[in-house]
Amino acid sequence: MDEPDSKRADGDEARVDANDQVESHRAYWHANLRLLGVLMTIWFAVSFGAGILFRSFLDQFSIGGYPLGFWFAQQGAIYVFLILIAVYVVVMHRIDRKFDLDDDED
Amino acid sequence: METQTLIYLFVGASFALYIAIAIWSRAGSTSEFYVAGGGVNPVVNGMATAADWMSAASFISMAGLIAFLGYDGSVYLMGWTGGYVLLALLLAPYLRKFGEFTVPDFIGTRYYSKAARVVAVICLIFISFTYIAGQMRGVGIVFSRFLDVPILWGVVIGMGIVFIYAVLGGMKGITYTQVAQYCVLIFAYMVPAFFISFMLTGNPIPALGLGSEVNDGSGLYVLQKLDLVLTDLGFAAYTDGSKSMIDVFCITMALMVGTAGLPHVIVRFFTVPKASDARKSAFWALVFIALLYTTAGPVGAFARLNFTQTVNEQEYSQAPEWFTNWEANDLIAWRDKNFDGRMQYRPGEPFGGAPVFIEGETGLSGERLVENPTTNNDNEVYVDRDIMVLANPEIAILPGWVIALVAAGGLAAALSTAAGLLLVISSSVSHDLLKQTFRPKITEKGELRAARIAATAAIVVAGYLGVYPPGWVAQVVAFAFGLAAASLFPAITMGIFSMRMNREGAISGMVSGLGFTFLYIAYFKLWEPAANVEANWLLGISPEGIGVVGMVINFAVAITVSALTKAPPAHIRKLVDNIRVPRGAETPHMH
Repeated sequence: MDEPDSKRADGDEARVDANDQVESHRAYWHANLRLLGVLMTIWFAVSFGAGILFRSFLDQFSIGGYPLGFWFAQQGAIYVFLILIAVYVVVMHRIDRKFDLDDDED
Repeated sequence: METQTLIYLFVGASFALYIAIAIWSRAGSTSEFYVAGGGVNPVVNGMATAADWMSAASFISMAGLIAFLGYDGSVYLMGWTGGYVLLALLLAPYLRKFGEFTVPDFIGTRYYSKAARVVAVICLIFISFTYIAGQMRGVGIVFSRFLDVPILWGVVIGMGIVFIYAVLGGMKGITYTQVAQYCVLIFAYMVPAFFISFMLTGNPIPALGLGSEVNDGSGLYVLQKLDLVLTDLGFAAYTDGSKSMIDVFCITMALMVGTAGLPHVIVRFFTVPKASDARKSAFWALVFIALLYTTAGPVGAFARLNFTQTVNEQEYSQAPEWFTNWEANDLIAWRDKNFDGRMQYRPGEPFGGAPVFIEGETGLSGERLVENPTTNNDNEVYVDRDIMVLANPEIAILPGWVIALVAAGGLAAALSTAAGLLLVISSSVSHDLLKQTFRPKITEKGELRAARIAATAAIVVAGYLGVYPPGWVAQVVAFAFGLAAASLFPAITMGIFSMRMNREGAISGMVSGLGFTFLYIAYFKLWEPAANVEANWLLGISPEGIGVVGMVINFAVAITVSALTKAPPAHIRKLVDNIRVPRGAETPHMH
């Protein structure tokens, strides 16, 4: 993969810049989709997985007075959702900067 | 001070605050009216989004629903929070980068088609009106119970307040009023919850309290005790649901996706300065929402336990005051089937349908008589689920100022959501229908005036629906989510994540998704309500969850049709490429 912020000295600069931009947008988008894939898998696992599909199985364990599956469905899933968005905000910002596509005002 | 005086004081003070904010934040341009000028701080916007989102349904009804549904109530808790993950990851930053005013703006531009824009406007108006009618009913309930004014006047006063800050201030006025309303509503929700949790378990944090032991010396956890008490009386255990797994799955999914497709929520992310702020804003919105949502589950469980223990086998003549108060408001009823003067609370309906009271006639113990046909079971108690949160402070014998606070909180929840909905309705009329479709030459001033007129008209219609709720409103309010899931959500996500999706695909997808979902719901809820049983449902999915199937149909039809028709023009691919990266966002421009 090309280093997106590497400068090329030779060649038709405008054309190379345009190619660079297409390339860097594509790489940026793939990094974004990879992150989305991971986060959405966890999103599905804690709500639909732990809270619904495997609820009965998990209910044999407990967390405090909560059966575990019931806890995921009424409490745990919500906490994980919050963590997921927080991770997304932080990691996505890092990816923005890595590809020099962030919207920070300097 | 008298509880009644305190209620007037709290509600009056909160209304005065909202009006003061409205006057301070008048909108001067269409950009301020539609998206608050695009300059709202992400934390502030998150708080406003939370107030916008948490309606009378979240504040008044949800904990009550959970109290009587037990585990099945989880569909609301997961569904109405999980949607924010979808919003943050799949929609908000891209729509903000796109940088226009409305949801139909995005669909009309991305699919280079006025027809697509009009289809989106129709979806939006339908979704928003069914939703807003429910808010006005909430306002009516709070006013009639706590302020002792007829529902008509309650709705008129509520509409008047919304009129002042929505029509004058537009999105700018609404945003800052919603921040105040969030503070009022969350405080009003948490205070009684802390008290009740502390009284029952010794732990004031409700989410921890529900995981603790009951402090009656039995050594049982709250949920164990609740399961025991309920199964003793013949109810299903609280931690076990009665809905099928596929139905729980589909309802949760429909609510999540629907949340992410609701126009009045999406539009809030147009008001922050840039795409990265939209992500942060979604995080803060969920923080503020999670405060209430992680409390609602415990509140429901505590309420069920308190209610069951206070009411069951109690002699009616010794019934607590709140019981007779709510009975006087038609929301609780008791029929002494076995003439023992005690109230037996058991599973099943005590009599057919909602109670129809016989005016002025009372039974042997002094209870109000009901003319509904008796059912063949042992249950004698009718209770409207909507009263649980409002009655909670009274059931737990909390001081008068807590009751006053809850009344002000319920109103804040209903008014903030109503205002947000009114705004998307009025902007879709003035901006999408007039400016972008039928009257492109309208001036900025003319458009602003049209937006205010549309907002006024929407308030009048919503008020009418609140005073005279047609039977279908209560039936379809919950289905706004299914319709949003089946129509707007797929069209928007494909517009961002697929370069290839074109006009033909998006329009046919929206029409088939919406059409299917609408017909399925209308068939079971309006035309053949008697047939609405699990055996007749498609794959065992209830009308509440069918939006998921509508969504799948939308995606499938859209992808097939777009594969068979011409790819979108080059400038659209460029537009998609541009909204995918955060850099280069502008504040929404004038047209």
